[in-house]
Amino acid sequence: MQETEPVSAEQAGSTPAELYRTIRLIRRFEERAIDLVKSGDIVSGIHPCIGQEAVAAGIGAALRADDVMMANHRGHGHLLAKGSDPGRLLAELAGRVTGVARGRGGSFHPSDFSVGVFGSTGTVGHGAPLAVGVAWALAQAGTDRVAISIFGDGAVNQGALLESFNLAALWRVPVLFVCENNLYATTLPVQTAVAGSITARAAAFGIPAATYDGMDAQVVLAATAAAVARARGGQGPEFLEFSTYRYEGHHTFERTAGLHYRDPAEVARWRASDPMLAQSGRVPAAQRESIDAEVEVTLDAAVKFALDSPAPDPGDALAYLYSTGLRPRASAAG
Amino acid sequence: MPKLSYLRAINRALGDEMERDPAVFVMGEDIRQALTNTTIGLLDRFGEQRVVETPLSEQAFTNFATGAALAGRRPVVEYQIPFLLLLVIEQIANQANKVALMSGGQARVPVTYLLPAAGWRPGWGAQHSDQPYSVFAHFGVKTVLPATPTDAYGLLAGAIRDDDPVVVFAPIAAHGLRENIAPADLVPAPLGVGRIHRAGTDVTVVATGHLVQDALAVADELAGEISVEVFDPRTIYPFDWAGLAASLDKTGRLVVIDDSNLFCGLGAEILATAAEQMRLVAPPKRVTRPDSAVLGCVPELDLALQPSRGQLATAVRKVAHGTG
Repeated sequence: MQETEPVSAEQAGSTPAELYRTIRLIRRFEERAIDLVKSGDIVSGIHPCIGQEAVAAGIGAALRADDVMMANHRGHGHLLAKGSDPGRLLAELAGRVTGVARGRGGSFHPSDFSVGVFGSTGTVGHGAPLAVGVAWALAQAGTDRVAISIFGDGAVNQGALLESFNLAALWRVPVLFVCENNLYATTLPVQTAVAGSITARAAAFGIPAATYDGMDAQVVLAATAAAVARARGGQGPEFLEFSTYRYEGHHTFERTAGLHYRDPAEVARWRASDPMLAQSGRVPAAQRESIDAEVEVTLDAAVKFALDSPAPDPGDALAYLYSTGLRPRASAAG
Repeated sequence: MPKLSYLRAINRALGDEMERDPAVFVMGEDIRQALTNTTIGLLDRFGEQRVVETPLSEQAFTNFATGAALAGRRPVVEYQIPFLLLLVIEQIANQANKVALMSGGQARVPVTYLLPAAGWRPGWGAQHSDQPYSVFAHFGVKTVLPATPTDAYGLLAGAIRDDDPVVVFAPIAAHGLRENIAPADLVPAPLGVGRIHRAGTDVTVVATGHLVQDALAVADELAGEISVEVFDPRTIYPFDWAGLAASLDKTGRLVVIDDSNLFCGLGAEILATAAEQMRLVAPPKRVTRPDSAVLGCVPELDLALQPSRGQLATAVRKVAHGTG
């Protein structure tokens, strides 16, 4: 694992308290969302990112508001870190019309173009070529904006991801590839799925690639900020692997599915390096308590906003399918 | 007046749209050399930043185009061979075509997928001869199938200007067509609007792509015996149902000639919708490829599997004399 230069959070543009607040917000958001799964208000279930919050927090702090993010099915943390409103995101998960994507993306595919999140695809690894295309177009337009694609260790065996490395490196596209290696592709352990190494895949295309501690938000922030700066400066793509762990199952269905692919001792080991605890230790106690209280108030309001929001009208089920307003035929219509 | 060829029409539409709108660019394999003839001269006019030559990475560059569209561009992606579209059904049907929906209308994906060599290529074997437009229509991807040089220009320009993903199938068998039309008379065509190539009163023949010429030949052959109306929907999806209904109001009799496979092909959809919702006074018929047809590399065998003028003439006669 690569040691990062001792860049403080402040030097990279975000205070330890701000990072802690983002981690806390994501953690408590996910816990509230799980409650809403249990109550039936979020029908899809969710892919919780609890345990992985430091990656989202560090990345979010390293990006500008006008930078673009392509998230994935475990993406709530990414959207929150990029600036999505918690109430509108929770409404999205609950399928309400006030959601960031009017409830049409749901938990699996939320997008929030107002904060630069252009999508979350569940086709593992296939968000990367989308991000490469976005970043290429941003560079063609003469901007210094960058795009970032976030995926898991399961994605590194997708051909489309490797094709994306090639295009990005050939054309020096300002895109960052971020792998959140949480050691499992659903139930498949990474060591039984990946020949060679994850970073070597990117390095083979001439893309700078390194592995960092993904349980430390300040490490994530420093590594990402440095890579973003190089990409903005025209130095092309970079690949960052963050070692992390999800404390929950792949999806909330695991709470009742009775799967046994992880050793409880392994889970306990990773819980000992909880990114929220790590970052809380860098924030004065009084400030931490104040942040915790503010996050609860924010999330109380978010839950209320989501649950008070109107459900969609079934008569609008065919809306938004086409940008031109084309309404498809429905069965037995006319 | 100059003779306009089908591929020249495509080339002209690309050039005109790139000239008109700097957001438009073309990408694909071997396009700098204009291997398919569609991009002749574009590299010199617009440079390599707008004539983007790609490695053989169809899945990545198809999603790349979607990403570029999300950032404000209007890509035209060329695929040399029909089966390449099968490699990117996920990227087109499950990614690009769902962005508008999944974003709740926040974003649009104005990408055009151009297949300049659709359908049978004599002798080139089983993997070069598919005609998968019904597949994309099934997924609700806008799909056009121009029959003539004028429509090739119009529908490609219309597709590029459309705010949704559109697949443009240009059948190889139509490439030989030439029309007398002045460049100034070429205009974008609206998607979803059909065209009556020949008016008639007894039987409506729905024909698409290169089969329009076959339908017109059969209509000529049967003239004096049966008055055939040749209706070309031009767009496979969204289909011009109103145009078909208007024709059937007149004739009440329907034959479809369609280069799809029989099972779940475009012809099946047209017959089903006509039977459900339109005026028919006799059972309709369709002339298509067989179920699961795979054309091979021997022209005699391949031609035996493709919809023919003889089959169409027989079907038209049966429908003309049939009763409900």
